[in-house]
Order: sequence, then C-alpha cells, then structure tokens
Amino acid sequence: MTLHEDLVRTVVYQHPQALEAISTHYCPGCTHGIAHRLIAEVIDELGIQEQTILVAPVGCAVFAYDYLAVDGVEAAHGRAPAMATGIKRSLPDRIVFTYQGDGDLAAIGTAEIIHAAARGEHITTIFINNAIYGMTGGQMAPTSLPDQRTTSSPFGRNPAIAGNPIRMTELIAAIEGSAYVVRRSLHNVREIRKAKKAIKTAFRVQQAGLGFAMVELLSACPTNWGLSAPDALKWVEEHMVPYYPLGDYKVLDAVKALEDRE
Amino acid sequence: MTVQLLKGNVAIAEAAVRAGLEAYFGYPITPQTELLEHLSARMVELGRVFVQAESEVAAINMVYGAACTGVRTMTSSSSPGVSLMQEGLSYIAASEVPCVVVDMMRGGPGLGNIQPSQADYFQVTRSAGHGDYHPIVLAPASVQEAIDLTFLAFDLADQYRHVVLLVGDGLIGQMMEPAEMPEMRPIRPRPDWAITGAKGRSKHVITSINLTAEENEAANRRIQARLAVIRAREQRSVEHYIEGAKVLVIGFGTSGRVAQSAVKMAREAGIPVGLFRPVTLWPFPEDRLRALVDDGVEAIVVVEMNAGQMLEDVRLVVGREMPIALHSRLGGAVPLPEDILEDIVAVAQKLGLAGPETVR
Repeated sequence: MTLHEDLVRTVVYQHPQALEAISTHYCPGCTHGIAHRLIAEVIDELGIQEQTILVAPVGCAVFAYDYLAVDGVEAAHGRAPAMATGIKRSLPDRIVFTYQGDGDLAAIGTAEIIHAAARGEHITTIFINNAIYGMTGGQMAPTSLPDQRTTSSPFGRNPAIAGNPIRMTELIAAIEGSAYVVRRSLHNVREIRKAKKAIKTAFRVQQAGLGFAMVELLSACPTNWGLSAPDALKWVEEHMVPYYPLGDYKVLDAVKALEDRE
Repeated sequence: MTVQLLKGNVAIAEAAVRAGLEAYFGYPITPQTELLEHLSARMVELGRVFVQAESEVAAINMVYGAACTGVRTMTSSSSPGVSLMQEGLSYIAASEVPCVVVDMMRGGPGLGNIQPSQADYFQVTRSAGHGDYHPIVLAPASVQEAIDLTFLAFDLADQYRHVVLLVGDGLIGQMMEPAEMPEMRPIRPRPDWAITGAKGRSKHVITSINLTAEENEAANRRIQARLAVIRAREQRSVEHYIEGAKVLVIGFGTSGRVAQSAVKMAREAGIPVGLFRPVTLWPFPEDRLRALVDDGVEAIVVVEMNAGQMLEDVRLVVGREMPIALHSRLGGAVPLPEDILEDIVAVAQKLGLAGPETVR
C-alpha cells in the first residue's frame, strides 16, 4: 500500500448518512442547517438511524423530516412533546426526539414540554431559540429580548406591555423528571463543537433511560433580525448569551457517569 | 359469554381492552371518568400503555403519536374536553391514521353541567376540527350496544384509517345494565405504513402539511373519496314498530331509547307509529330513512337532547314538504316518554290517525 492510497482511504469528514443529500429551504445564514447536521452526525456516531423517530414542529423547521433520513412525523404547533410521548410509550425501544423552536416550545407548547419533562418522558428535545417567529415573518417570540424590535413589537419589546422573555432551560431544569438540561449556542465553531457534544449526551441519556433530556441551542435568524449572517452570529453572542447564559443546568449524576465513560 | 351487570363507562373501557386497545391517553372529566379509571388499572395490569395527560389537548396529541406507530389507541372525554381535542382530531384525520374517541356528552354551552345531553351532534358529525371531513360517529342506546359499537369502532378506524367517535351521555355512561362482554381479542399486527424507525426499509413520514394548493386539493380529494365509500357502506340504524308506520319518530342514543317507550305506548293506543334510531350519526342512515319515508310515512317526530341538530340531517333526507315536529330538551334535561307521547298523539290527530280522546 502506497502512502497515497492510505491517505485516500482515511475519511476525516463526510456528509452524514442521517442527513439527506438535498438543499434545505432555510435562509442564508440560518443556523437550522448547523443544528440539523449536528443531529445527523450524532445519529450516525451512535448508529441509531434505523431506530430514531423525529417529531417535527410547526415553524421554520416544519420540514425537518425532509432533511433527516429517519422516520418522522409532523406535530401540531407546540404539541410535539405530547406526540413524542405517544410514540415513545408505544415503541419504548426506539429513540424519539422533538425539534422545536421558541414559539412552539416556549409559547403555545409550554404545557406539553413542562409535563413531558415532569413525567420524565424518555425523549430528547432539541430547542432552537432564535428569539423570533421566523416562519410567520419576524414577530415577537416568548424569548425575544427586552427592546428587541420585531414586526409585532415595532417599538422594541416593552416588558411592561409585552411581558418578559422566558428562560425555558432554567425552568425545565427545576423539574423533577428532567435528567439533562443544558444551553449551548451555535454562534462560533467552539460553541458548535460543544453543542454537538451536548446533543450526543442528550441522545445517550435516552438510550440509557435516564429521563427527559433537552438541549437549548441559541440560534441566528439573520433574515428576520435584518442583519447580515456574520452580524447575526455576533448578535447572538453579544445580546442573547448575556440574557440566556450558556451552561449545564441539570446533569444528573447518572448522566455525568455516562459522560465520564465517553 | 355470560350476562353481567355492567356500568356503561366501565363496559366501554373493558370492551376497548378486549378489542385490542394498546395505548390509552386521557384526562378526567365527568361523566366519563370511570372509563379512564378502569383503564388506569386494566392497561397497567396487561402491560399496555396508560397515560393521564395534562389536558385534553395533550391527550389527543398523544393519541396522534401512538396512532402513527400503528397501535390501537383511544381517548375519552366529554363535551368541553372534546372541544379541546378538535385541533388534534383534524390533524389525525388529515394524516389518515386510525383512532377512537369516546365522547360522553354533557349539557353546554360553556361549563354547562354534567347532565346527559346530545348537543355535540354538530361538533362531532360536521367536521371535528378545522378543514373538510367527517369523522365516523357511532351512537349506542344501551350498555350492550356500547360494547358492540366499541369493537366496531376500532375495526372501522383500522379499515378506513380514520377517526371514529363513539358518542353517549351520562345516562349511557353511568347506567348499569345486563350485558355480555365478548372474549379478549389478540393484539393485531402493526400495519406496514406505521412509523417504527426506518429499519430495512425507506423512511416513513406522516404529516398533514401539503404546501401547494394542488397537493392539498389532491389530499382532500383522497379523503373525500374515502368518505364517499364510508357513506355508501357504513350507514347503520335500528327500527322498532316500523310495520305500517305513518308517523315516524326519530331519535338517537338516549333520546331514541326513551322515544321507544313512547312509541310502544302510542302503538298500544292504536296509532300507526314507528321508531327509527340512527346508530351511525355520520354517515347518517339516509338510505334507509328515505326508503321508510317513501313507504308511506306522513309525518315525523324528531326527539333530541339539543335544539334540533340532527333534525337538519333528517330534513335533508325527507325534503321540505314532510311535516316534522321537534321534541327537544336542552341543557342536560332528558325527555320523558309521556311527553313524547303527547307530541306523537298531536301529530297523529292532525293526520286523522288518532281520535281526540287518545291521550291517556
């Protein structure tokens, strides 16, 4: 074997098998594509493509089932954790995950996510927080920041009128039944690598049957924020991270043991 | 099978178990709670799925998820809870997955009361949520019929991959009657369209979104074509004292059951009256009703525990010329046979079918 042949056979990076080889409908600079790819890489690495079931949300990620090469269903707005509960209880040995935006999870679906966590439902939730309603064209989200201008808070979000942004990760972490609840961000390569590690742990928590797992991913929406793609990433770092601090909010000892074995 | 004294709600729950129910999701609401309570023990004993959900909204979406995996699944509720399920029912119908929903109707609107009512007729027969479809709706009038229709509900749901509603009220649900409970059926295999993880096959997707008008019209046409088949094949009704009837009393469920006593009394008084009791509310048993009307019916008395919702379906079948009297009780009130008899006699007298002294 020549040196050259050896090099050709060493694959260091490739298109994940669990990610369909098609273009997405996401806007330029949107971080949904990164989140999808991280999930697909984790599914490949854990070898769970044939046993994984995706519950897609209503929102920009409504067609996530087109992009991930796994069985999928499309939930009603906010109801993904309830639907995932019905699926997981009926197929307890499959890996079931929801992929939900902030409007879906933190507004219309608040009851469903909280009670799925409280039941310790053995599902994994990937929570995309971009502080805006993307699909409907940039309205105020439950996670929009104070003073953030949106098409339904044109003078900036005034908490006295529009209420306060809600920190779901802190809320879910406080619930008995959640096993692994962390917040990560997709605004730079370092954070993306951390995000992937967290997603992998969240799926492994489900495999081990340890309880409910959720990874919040701070995400960019350049189109509806009215920013360039690089500026949108900077906006995540400078405005979102201070309000939504990154970190581990709930990691059961049993989950730490999983991570140590990694 | 032996005859046992069974309470309606418990009988439906046990019938569901024996029909092969694998996953139940529900939320307590009077007057159906015994159904949920019975299943909270039975399903666990049998190693099947029981979840008490945080709301009817969550319960129907859990049913939706379970239905996508191909198991026999159901929920049960009462009118206000069924209102909350409308969104989920619409998604389930659009996704063409089977499920069974029991609605033990109560007096509305609003919180109303827990007394027997049939005021959900429009809510369940017209669409059950947004969009353009009808669920299959079955209406038992006794505990035995509730058991039998529960088995039928699961079979129809599977056969047509559709939503089937079994509607009763507090009387059917709370009443104890002698009835026979069929033996336990084996769990049927999962259908091949189910979401189970794409092992050894291409991936399955179950969704209700069709982005273009063309795609969504095609999806709607497919649903409508299936509904047309259901409408042609699945109309069901029961008749009593129908021979030579010139006056036809029409009522479903509890109303039909009470009206049967009134018709019996009227027959004993010599009035040529019969009872027509729809068992399927959708599809409404229009073919049989039309045949009866063509066979010499001169007037109709509709008995309902609502303001005359089924009457609209009756009117569509019989045309505008047919005289129809409505005996209607509202808000949880139940009709009495004697009161229905008075209406039958009044109609018969107008037609010259009863003398002025007929009323007892």
